[in-house]
Amino acid sequence: MPKTVLDFQIIDNKQLTRDFFILELSAGIALPEILPGQFAQVRVDGSADTFLRRPFSVYDVNYEAGSIRLLLQVVGNGTKALSLLRKGESLNLILPLGKPFSKPGEEERSLLIGGGVGIAPLLYLGKYLRSIDSDFEYLLGFRSRDRIIEYQEFSQIAKVHITTEDGSEGEKGFVTQHSVLSGTNYSRIYCCGPDEMMKAIGEFAKKKKIHCEVSLENLMGCGFGVCLCCVVKTTSGNLCSCIDGPVFNINDLKW
Amino acid sequence: MVNLGLKIGSLYFKNPVLSASGTFGYGTEFDDFFDVGRLGGILLKGSTLEPREGNPYPRMAETPSGMLNSVGLQNKGIDYFEKNIYPRVASYDTNIIVNVNGNYIEEYVALAERINKLERISAIELNISCPNVKMGGMAFGTNPVSAREVIRAVRAVYQKTMIVKLSPNVTNIAEFARIAEEEGADSVSLVNTLLGMAIDIKSLKPSLATITGGLSGPAIKPVALRMVWQVAKAIKIPVIGMGGIMTADDAVEFIVAGASAVQIGTACFIDPLAPVKILEGIEKFLVERGFSDINELIGYVNRY
Repeated sequence: MPKTVLDFQIIDNKQLTRDFFILELSAGIALPEILPGQFAQVRVDGSADTFLRRPFSVYDVNYEAGSIRLLLQVVGNGTKALSLLRKGESLNLILPLGKPFSKPGEEERSLLIGGGVGIAPLLYLGKYLRSIDSDFEYLLGFRSRDRIIEYQEFSQIAKVHITTEDGSEGEKGFVTQHSVLSGTNYSRIYCCGPDEMMKAIGEFAKKKKIHCEVSLENLMGCGFGVCLCCVVKTTSGNLCSCIDGPVFNINDLKW
Repeated sequence: MVNLGLKIGSLYFKNPVLSASGTFGYGTEFDDFFDVGRLGGILLKGSTLEPREGNPYPRMAETPSGMLNSVGLQNKGIDYFEKNIYPRVASYDTNIIVNVNGNYIEEYVALAERINKLERISAIELNISCPNVKMGGMAFGTNPVSAREVIRAVRAVYQKTMIVKLSPNVTNIAEFARIAEEEGADSVSLVNTLLGMAIDIKSLKPSLATITGGLSGPAIKPVALRMVWQVAKAIKIPVIGMGGIMTADDAVEFIVAGASAVQIGTACFIDPLAPVKILEGIEKFLVERGFSDINELIGYVNRY
């Protein structure tokens, strides 16, 4: 699909917890096809400190309504400004960007692993997997029970395993320690979260010879392959995570 | 109708809006957004004789009204360029200009000789101002003796239009512009990025893996504009201005200060349509202000 620069209108800004929120945006026109794992570059106007666009995974797409949702966490000036947007205000996006997650084979069973805001690309991926009748479950990690977000959304489409660091919900610890990883026979893992988590899951998958794709969150300048700032070391040299990723097969990464 | 066309050396540009090297890839990345052939010219990303991996990540830091980068001329080398990229860009209906880099004079010369043979490449931009490489780049462009040597050596082998890209990281940029003119350059382009630095106070470490990098964006615009004005007064060959141009109004400022053409750089990251919007805006400005020719506006400020 061609990349386009589009003005969206905010139709909802839903605060989930102290620092998580979901923006629902309407394009007012037919959306381009957006694949699971692709992202949008969002322009944050109004401050000298938010000069560059911010890349965000597309959380959900509703083609009939011509709307998308973005799941965001306030981490700096840019996301702070976005969290204050109100219904009716406009937001400029470039999308769809990046390479999507790959499609599993027919008999495959997938585990979708997300940590914190890294769960963002996994809802839309799950909806896609369900639409092609591909078997999968979720493993989502949070800091504590009160930090769990969007459980309802995820549990509507597949079984959800939870870990919390303090054990206040689900199994105690990190996603890498969850019993589901040792117990069941998954042929494929899709993972998004903090680098350390993706590295650990990647190591696990390599050892077990499980196909594993991770979605990277490198700092980006442009988002469409011209600034060469978001590079990651791979077996084919430095590649841009914006056009050669953000989704990479773990075997191609030299972490 | 207003005339937007102008000449730099013997090369005709249908309008004064060019893309800046390193911010426009090979042009093909913008095909989804607009017809790249509408621009006066496109400057392809910095090329070297041999492939380069560039600098380690992180290579970028956002700073107020701008950004630092330390990409370090990552590219696949001239062999790959000739075989895979040249055929794709050759069909663009505009001037295609290669930004030429090297560690040593011999590498600049060898690269210029190769590019001289590529029919559809109308000009080279000799980059003696990249701040992000250990050898070459800015090391040439901040020393008058080595600047003269490399410009002279490349001029001897390159027959088409040669633009020399100047570094702002010098005390007197006009001195380097004069050297370029004396050595037969057809034009100078300025400014490359300003050497800068940022620190992440969470980790108490530099934000860039290379510690320092090149600052671009509106943060540098007044400095760049001042330098374009100084250089335009000092030499007779045309000046190509750049540095933080985000809008047509910014571009008009550079033209009025003495730039014959402008390059749009960092703006392309934020709005990939910026070059065409700026082109349309310049034309509108000329019409509204009663100018019939872009050449009437070039260096307007120096008439008084």
